[in-house]
Amino acid sequence: MFGNLKTDELITATNETLYMTGIALIGTLILGILLGLLLFLTSKDGIWENKFIHIITAAIVNIFRAIPFIILILLLFPFTNFLIGTIRGPSAALPALIIGTAPFYARLVEIAFREVDKGVIEAAKSIGAKTRTIIFKVIIPESLPALVSGLTVTAIALIGYTAMAGVIGAGGLGDYAYFYGFQRRDFDVVFVCTVLILIIVFIIQFIGDLITNKIDKR
Amino acid sequence: MISIKGLKKEFITKDRQITAVDHVDIDINNGEIFGVIGYSGAGKSTFIRLINRLEEPSAGTITIEDNEITNLNQNELRIARQDIGMIFQHFNLLWSRTVAENIAFPLEIAGVSKEKRKKRVQELIDLVGLTGRENAYPSQLSGGQKQRVGIARALANKPKLLLCDEATSALDPETTNSILDLLVDINEKMGLTIILITHEMQVIRKICHRVAVMENGKIVELGDVLDVFLHPQQPITKKFVHQAMGNDEDENISSIMETNSEGTLLKLQFIGESANQALISQIAKRYEVDINILQGKITNTKTGSYGTLFVQVTGNDSEIESAIKYIQSETSVEVEVI
Repeated sequence: MFGNLKTDELITATNETLYMTGIALIGTLILGILLGLLLFLTSKDGIWENKFIHIITAAIVNIFRAIPFIILILLLFPFTNFLIGTIRGPSAALPALIIGTAPFYARLVEIAFREVDKGVIEAAKSIGAKTRTIIFKVIIPESLPALVSGLTVTAIALIGYTAMAGVIGAGGLGDYAYFYGFQRRDFDVVFVCTVLILIIVFIIQFIGDLITNKIDKR
Repeated sequence: MISIKGLKKEFITKDRQITAVDHVDIDINNGEIFGVIGYSGAGKSTFIRLINRLEEPSAGTITIEDNEITNLNQNELRIARQDIGMIFQHFNLLWSRTVAENIAFPLEIAGVSKEKRKKRVQELIDLVGLTGRENAYPSQLSGGQKQRVGIARALANKPKLLLCDEATSALDPETTNSILDLLVDINEKMGLTIILITHEMQVIRKICHRVAVMENGKIVELGDVLDVFLHPQQPITKKFVHQAMGNDEDENISSIMETNSEGTLLKLQFIGESANQALISQIAKRYEVDINILQGKITNTKTGSYGTLFVQVTGNDSEIESAIKYIQSETSVEVEVI
């Protein structure tokens, strides 16, 4: 049992998965917050109510959320090649990972912002707060627990995406499980990769819950 | 002075047009506590939010001192709002900030330095009686304490005007009283003008100088609180006064007359200051009469006391007559022989 495992290869694969998840998560966070904010601010009765921009943004978000991830990677090959210079390896997976998960997170961000008490925003206005102040000192801090728990959910979905990207050569545990495990019929490799992914997921969920509870003062 | 002229707010929905505030003209004096009372849907909440333009007026002007609020652009309005405090029914505190940080928020917006902020926040915490709770989060406070934080936050930038949007409606009667006491206290100490809206006549009675009664977006009655209590004109005003007083004396007069046929029955109406004098004991000392209090109620308003007493006076006829004459000529109490 486990005779086909090579520890150094496994460590490399795990590191690649962590690398892809980490960098893509940062990208998703930034892009998701921006898109979510745009959706929230331009919505009906929003601070920058603007039907046109809202519809455009919502359409982009919905389209990229609707495309199956495996197809999205293929569609983005030319873009990735232009941006990274290759379509293979963990870095080449990043554009697709970010573009695939950011719209999902953007919706969670929008929902989180909408949950902020309207009265509190009104109170900030009555004090004479600028829109920038309202965004950074009211809306974001007041929705922080939801933003963090949303990010946890997104991170876990992201790990799933990295495994899928692995199957078409992105590296990481998905790649390792498919090429070194499945294709060689070495199922002990597949099993160990699964366990490792599960451990990563549980750790992320645990850290996410811990932070959410810590910052939630309601 | 705050001058409101021809103020109007219309809401247009799909199938109809609602006039929430309809041609309101009011002048409010500096240092005054001005109350607006009305049932829900009367437009009072829209009215108070028009004053700092949380709602944009459809027509009319609002001038605070010489600053025409309705004429300001968004940036000028923001600056003007720093001089207008506002407190809310549901307090609207940031749950993510502590008491001290909530109170510091308007100071951050006004660009006050960190040192000065800290000092001012401590002053405000002491003023509203929350010393020792600086680092608590709103979720750890009671309703009354939350409103105290709201008041401190509203006062942070030393405004000239405080708007109270149903500020005590979510509080129990005892807490309401303590918050009202605090409002009177800051009104007197700082000369702050207060505009409050409420549906409770008790709130008006306890702290307001003048009151406007609002119905269907219009001001239907306006005057000194004592006058309005004594001589309510409109049916809705009578209802509110009734709510505060429980005016059921009249029904019982006949039964009082039946059971107390001896002597003379007097109805004494107290208006303003006179309720503070020891009228009953003075009469008993000056004249050879006995006075038996049968029924009555005296209530204090901000500008004096008012109420009605039914008394039975027994003794020599001429003594009774001179006692009545004394009340009529020497005091402001209205007397009526039943």
